[in-house]
Parts: sequence; C-alpha cells; structure tokens
Amino acid sequence: MTIGLGHYLTVAAVLFTMGILGIFLNRKNVIVILMCVELMLLAVNINLVAFSVFQGNVVGQIFAMLVLTVAAAEAAIGLAILVVYFRNRGTIAVEDINAMKG
Amino acid sequence: MDLAIKLIVFLPLVAAAIAGLFCRVIGSRPAQIVTCAALLIAAALSVFVFVKIGFGTEKLIVVKLFSWMESGTLDIAWALRVDTLTAVMLIVVTGVSSMVHIYSIGYMEEDPSIPRFMAYLSLFTFFMLMLVTADNLVQLFFGWEGVGLASYLLIGFWYDKPSANAAAMKAFIVNRVGDFGFALGIFAVWMLSGSVGFEEIFGKAPQMAQMRIQFLGMDLPALETACLLLFVGAMGKSAQLGLHTWLPDAMEGPTPVSALIHAATMVTAGVFMVCRLSPLFELAPTASMVVTLIGAATAFFAATVGLTQFDIKRVVAYSTCSQLGYMFFACGVGGYSAAMFHLTTHAFFKALLFLGSGSVIHCLHHEQDMRKMGGVREKAPQTFILMWVGTLALSGIGIPFILGNGLGFAGFYSKDIMLESAFGVHTTVGQIAFWLGVIAAFMTAFYSTRLMFMTFYGKYRGDHHTWDHAHESPLVMMIPLYVLGIGAAFSGLVGYDWFVGHDWQHFWGKSLALKATEEVLHHAHEVPLWVKLLPLVCAVAGIALSYYYYVLRTDMPERTVRRFPGLHALFYNKWYFDELYDAVFVKPSLAIGRFLWKKGDGATIDGLGPDNVAARAQDMAGMLMRFQSGYLYHYAFVMLVGVAGLVTYFMLSAR
Repeated sequence: MTIGLGHYLTVAAVLFTMGILGIFLNRKNVIVILMCVELMLLAVNINLVAFSVFQGNVVGQIFAMLVLTVAAAEAAIGLAILVVYFRNRGTIAVEDINAMKG
Repeated sequence: MDLAIKLIVFLPLVAAAIAGLFCRVIGSRPAQIVTCAALLIAAALSVFVFVKIGFGTEKLIVVKLFSWMESGTLDIAWALRVDTLTAVMLIVVTGVSSMVHIYSIGYMEEDPSIPRFMAYLSLFTFFMLMLVTADNLVQLFFGWEGVGLASYLLIGFWYDKPSANAAAMKAFIVNRVGDFGFALGIFAVWMLSGSVGFEEIFGKAPQMAQMRIQFLGMDLPALETACLLLFVGAMGKSAQLGLHTWLPDAMEGPTPVSALIHAATMVTAGVFMVCRLSPLFELAPTASMVVTLIGAATAFFAATVGLTQFDIKRVVAYSTCSQLGYMFFACGVGGYSAAMFHLTTHAFFKALLFLGSGSVIHCLHHEQDMRKMGGVREKAPQTFILMWVGTLALSGIGIPFILGNGLGFAGFYSKDIMLESAFGVHTTVGQIAFWLGVIAAFMTAFYSTRLMFMTFYGKYRGDHHTWDHAHESPLVMMIPLYVLGIGAAFSGLVGYDWFVGHDWQHFWGKSLALKATEEVLHHAHEVPLWVKLLPLVCAVAGIALSYYYYVLRTDMPERTVRRFPGLHALFYNKWYFDELYDAVFVKPSLAIGRFLWKKGDGATIDGLGPDNVAARAQDMAGMLMRFQSGYLYHYAFVMLVGVAGLVTYFMLSAR
C-alpha cells in the first residue's frame, strides 16, 4: 500500500480535531489549552508539507518553517503570560479564569 | 453733545462689562474704581446735558445709532432721544446711581463678591438709561425688561438665602404680569398708528382717539384700551395696587439696591412711561381716570400698611409704594409735570432714607427689626440728622408764604403741587384722589417719624454685644448721604419754578402733553388757601401724634392695637394680598404644575416613551448577558461553530 496525500491529510485532520476537542473538553488548566493550540498548528504544518511535497512546490515547506517559528514564539509568550497570571491569581485552573463574564 | 449723550448711556455698560467679565483678573478694588468712575463721569455729563436741554433753546436731540429691525412696515431703530423729560431722568438716574455705587463700597465691604455686585449695579444703570432715552416703544421695552432682569439679579444677589431667591422670583413673575399688558399695549399702539416711534405715535394720537378696537370679543375705544394696557405695565413695574406685592419682598436684596432700584429709579419707570406717553393719556380720559383711582388707592393702601410694619426697610418700601401712588394720581389728573417733580424730589429723599436705613443696619450689624433698635442717635449722630432731613422731606414739611413759594424740604413743594393738581381739576376722581392723598399724607408723616422715633430715640432694645460694637458708618458711606441730603433739602426749592412754576413751559418744551399740563397747573395755582395748607397741617399733626405715641407715651401703640385688633391685623398683614394671591394663583398653579409633572410628564410621557423603551432594551441585554460565561473555551467554541458555518456556506454556495 502506497502512502498517498489522503493519508497525510487524514493524520493532520485527526490531530487538528484532537486539538479542538482538547480545548473544549479540557477542564483542567490553561497549559493544556496552550498545548492543544500547538497541536493544531502542527496539524496545519503537516498539511502544508504534504501539499508541498505532492505538488512539488517548496513554498509550502518554507511556510511551515515560518509557522514553526511563530508557534515557538507564541509558546514562549503564552507560557510567560501563564507564569505571570499564576503569580497574580495563584491559579491557572480554567474554571477560575472568567473575568470576561458579563 | 451727541458724544456726551452716547457716553452717558454706554459708559455704565462698559464699566459693567469690565467689572463683570474680568472680575477674577482685576479684583474688587479696580472693579469698584471702574464702575464708580464711569458713573461719576456719566453723572457730570448728565448735568451738562440737563443744563443744555432744560435751559437752552434746543429742546430735543435725537442721536441715531443704527437700525435695529425692519420687517414690512415695522421699522425700529436704536436711537437716543433726549428732551427735558429724559434729561430730568438722566440726572435722577446717574445722580442716585453714582451715589449708590460709592455707598456700596462701604456697605458691601465684607461681601465676597463685590465685583459682581458692582457689575450688576452698572448694568442696571445702563438699562435704566436705555429706558429713559428710548426713542420708540420697543427700545423702551428693551430697557424695561433689562431693568427687570437687573432687579432680579440684585434682589437675589445673596443667592444662598432662600428668601432672597424667592423674592427675586416673585419680583420677576409679578412683573411678567404687568409686562404682558405692556406688550399688548405696544402691539395695540402699533396696530393703530402703524409705528412704534414716539414722534409718529404722538402725531397720530388725535386719529387714534377716534378709532375702535376689538379686544376680548368687545368693541372698545382704541386709545383708551391701549392706554389701559400700557398702564398695566406701569402698574407692574411701579408696584401699584394689585401688582405691588413684589416690592416689599424685594427688600431681601442689599440695601443699596433697594435705594437705587426699588426707591429712586426702576420703580419710577412706570411714572416716566405714563409721562412720556402723556400725549396719548391726555386723549384717553377713562384710562386717566383709572390711573388716578389706582394711584390714589395705592397711596392710601400702602400708607396704612406702612403704619404697622416693624422691618425698617419694609416701612420705607411701603412708603415708596405710597409715593408712587401719589405720582400716578397726579399723572391721572393731567399733572404730568407735578408727577415728574415729585419723582425727582422723591428720588433724592427716598434714596437718602434707604441709604440712611442701610447705615443704621450697617451700624447695628444687619439688624433690621425696629423693635430691637432705639437710641441709635448716640452711636450714629450724622446718620440721625440726615435721616431727619429725609423724613421731613418725605412728610412735606416747610414754612408757607415766605420767599414766594414758601421755604421747605423737597417733598413740601412736590407733594403739595400734586394734591393741588388733584383738587384743582374739580372732578369726582380728582376729589377722591385729593382726600385719599391728604389722609395718606397724614399717615406718611406718622409712619416716617415713627421710624425715626423707634430707631433713634428712647433706649436701645437689642442685645448689648451689638450695642457695644455699634458705630457710625465710614466716610465713603456718609458722603453719598450728605449729597442726597442736600438734594432732599433743596431740590424742591430750586426746581419748583422750572418744573411747575412760571418757567415750566420753557423748561419742559414739548416733552409733556402741553394742553393738559397747562390747564392743571393753572388750576393748581388757583386753589383755595385751605387746600394749600391742609397737607402741611396733616403732616404736622402726623408728626405730633407719632411723637406722642412713640416718645411720650410708649404704651399707646399697644393700647391702640388692643382697641382695634381687626384693623391692626388687616394693616399688619398687608390687607392679606399675599394670602389671597397665594390661594387664588400660586397654589392652583403649583397643583397644576405638580399634576402635569407627576402624571403627565412622569407617568405618561416618560412611562410609555423613553423609560419604557429603555426598560425593554435592558431586559433584552439581560437575556443576552447570560451568553457571556467568561470561559475562554466557550468563546472558542462559538468561533469554531461560526467558522464551520461559514466554510460550509461557501462550500455549498460554490457548487
């Protein structure tokens, strides 16, 4: 069995869905949300690389590198925010973060 | 000459603007200097203009400023009209006003907002000058409303006192009633003559007397109706019976204000207006009759109330009201020059009495109740003497038969000539006016000397702390008193020949109704001897009785009150006018206002309109608010659903 584009896209779709479900079903803490966001970004990266390889166009791979860079920066900032948030509030449990409640 | 007239009118306005607008920058002292200087210059120029007009050959000067409004046949210009009538008023207004300005420096010394006070005083003077120099009825109305405004501002000057605010509003509202009549009168005159300029109106007066007018569904003689409507305006401003209730309450304002506005100038605007329009009133006998009756009734009524009051300023206020009544009945019988004569002398001695009362009040630390005074002559001997001058002038004391016209204080001449005019016309209303006037003269002498005896004689009846600190007023307050004292003593003697004596025709020129004035003055000089002497006898009797009551037998007032309790209650409560108006006008108006506010505006309009809409919007918002849980994943979920929906839509629609 040859591994075609569909397989790659399926893996990416599964990973992406897991990321989304992780965000919604997660009741624990914000780090999990952050990890889920990373997961979704990586799923998109797989898509990009897969399309790039199968279409013979290198731009997709370059873009994937760019996304990785952004993801790294975002993770760094996100974690820093979390640390500060924990210092201020003493918790990062998702239930307790509801300052936007109307 | 033109420049002098312009300066007289506009200097006070400039001073008011400087003192009022820049008071925070320049402070109190410069504000006082600017306003006083402006007024003194205006007063000096007024004397110049008065001499030129009164004794020169040029009897009328009209200074055209610019056009105000033109609409169809209505053409109104700003112009300053100066004839003898105006020149006399210029002297009175700028003279008394400058003295009051100077006096205020001393009297208002401790007040925190001196510049505002000085600015209001100057502003008032400007409006009053505008009123007396008006060349048409609309400009007169401008000045008329302006002095009303200034009066409102000054009565309510101490705005942290609720009673002062109430008095200010009362003055304003009662004056609105009169002004409504005045405005209708102006409309009527315009309708009849097609013009509002004095020259044109007087030219058309004989035709107007023939016309008829539809008013309130009745067919009435046009000129009579117009004159009556104009007189309603004069009644409001000059506090005549019926519309007088605001004047005593206006005493809530600072005393210099009472002297300037509510004694010498503004309240005499009504008399001035009737004299200015004398060519119309001359041809309206019924209206003149009403003027006579109202004037005489006011003279009598206000004198009776003055007998019983204890507030020193209120006594003088009722006296003012009464003296204005005299002026009106003199106008009514046609003695316009006599009325103007009394207006002038009255301005001096009444301003003197008010400023003197102010000096007493200042001396006793703002005590106004005469029951808590007494013996003040020890502490304020100069004020005491000057108050006597004012009192004797008001009572009309003099020695007849010497020096041709007799020798006496100002009121001696002016009050006599008014009473003689009333007697001389030999009509029923003239007789009524004469006798009411004579009785009022007796009461005038009684209440004004009562004021003197209660204040300056006997033993002090207040607390010792005040007495120990009592002192004569400073020089800056005494100088105006002396100036006015000289006026009160000699203005009658000096002015008699010009105003009502044999030089009157040359003096007045064409500024008053010639025919009526000539007739009345002719008859007035020919009345029997007893008529000439009766007012003086009454005045002396009044003073004697007052001396008996308040110095010799101080228990007599008490006993008289017990003897006539009903009459005393009637007088003491001002004939229950305030209570009557309260029940008839004020309470129902308040009830209607409250009903419309609570039920009409609050329940109906707001309840169904804005409030209702706002409430529904709030309900909706409350419902939507529940969607905002504050949890991040809820928002993210909604976003996802949205994106999914959008993508689905594009996928389906692309096909």
